[in-house]
Amino acid sequence: MLSIAIPVAFALLTAAQLLNLYRLLKGPSLLDRILALDTMYIDAIAMFILMGVYFHSAVYFEAALIISVMGFIGTVATSKFLMRGDILE
Amino acid sequence: MIFVIELLVSFFLVVGAFFALAGSIGSFRLPDFFSRLHGPTKSTTLGVGGMAIASAIYFSFHGEGISFHEVLITLFLFITAPVSAHFLAKAALHQRLHENKAALPPACEKETGPHE
Amino acid sequence: MPAYQKSPIPGNRWLPHPLMTLVLVIIWLFLVNTVTFGHLLLGTLLGIAIPWFTNRFWPERPKIAKPFLLFRFFFITFVTDVIVANITVVRLFLQPDISRLRPRFIEIPLDTQDPMVITILASVISLTPGTVSAEVSEDRQTLIVHGLDVADEKLAVQTIKTRYEAPLKEIFSC
Repeated sequence: MLSIAIPVAFALLTAAQLLNLYRLLKGPSLLDRILALDTMYIDAIAMFILMGVYFHSAVYFEAALIISVMGFIGTVATSKFLMRGDILE
Repeated sequence: MIFVIELLVSFFLVVGAFFALAGSIGSFRLPDFFSRLHGPTKSTTLGVGGMAIASAIYFSFHGEGISFHEVLITLFLFITAPVSAHFLAKAALHQRLHENKAALPPACEKETGPHE
Repeated sequence: MPAYQKSPIPGNRWLPHPLMTLVLVIIWLFLVNTVTFGHLLLGTLLGIAIPWFTNRFWPERPKIAKPFLLFRFFFITFVTDVIVANITVVRLFLQPDISRLRPRFIEIPLDTQDPMVITILASVISLTPGTVSAEVSEDRQTLIVHGLDVADEKLAVQTIKTRYEAPLKEIFSC
């Protein structure tokens, strides 16, 4: 069962990442690109979790957690920069 | 592994990946920025959260002992998704990205104000 | 009335945020993924040290008047709404004619000026049916929300007010 489910989930996530990549390259505005990058971060977390299940290894969890923290900080910092022209006030 | 558990894990993984894909389809198809914001904040968050829970179930029944630290990712995503969406929306209002200004409420116009 | 004054849970100079200590201990146990005495001790140490060092950022403690109602709101209203909202939103995304959507901004007049309640309300709105909260007006009177497919503005405002704002106001008693 899992041997079918994991490739299917990988295929769906790859399609999602390609659509995000299209949005990242096309824009049109800077905020669209930031949003696409944020979505790519979250989908990357999903891919890491899937890798963990596929290779039956708990190592991928740490990477996924760090990506989730870094992605959130990156999104907030960049949108704050666009809002104020400054990250820390 | 027990068949029911395997079925449950597979279901959560595939449905989660489908929700993540739906969020990306939303951001691919929709015409303006504020509509695009809906995809990643809702569908992708729930999808990836569901996949983390699937991973927690899988390792609980397949590894040594109960594994619940994947729930932390779900929790973190659900806390941070509205915050980053709010920041992006605020920045978009500030940059006056909205294409049809007539649809904006007056309080919003006051908020965005003159661009400094 | 500010929602911060006296909490039913006691807290003093050495333990300024008892609830935060508890949450930190639980998160630490989640992170290390084992429940042993050593990690419980280390978690408790962190749970006491972190609120003590960051006390300056949180001078007040949130007052949860009805913890049971909070659990019911979170586990029943919130979880079911998130799942239902996502199925609705996915159906909107995947419909063949995307131009049939009616995206627009709606204004929600707020009944409370409490920052904590507004924050939770805005986050809940962002995660539930077809709406993302965009901005709180400067005087904290209105919340500006972007709806993906709004048919009836009055109905949407009414739903949000009765379904989310009223229970939150009751939970934090303000």
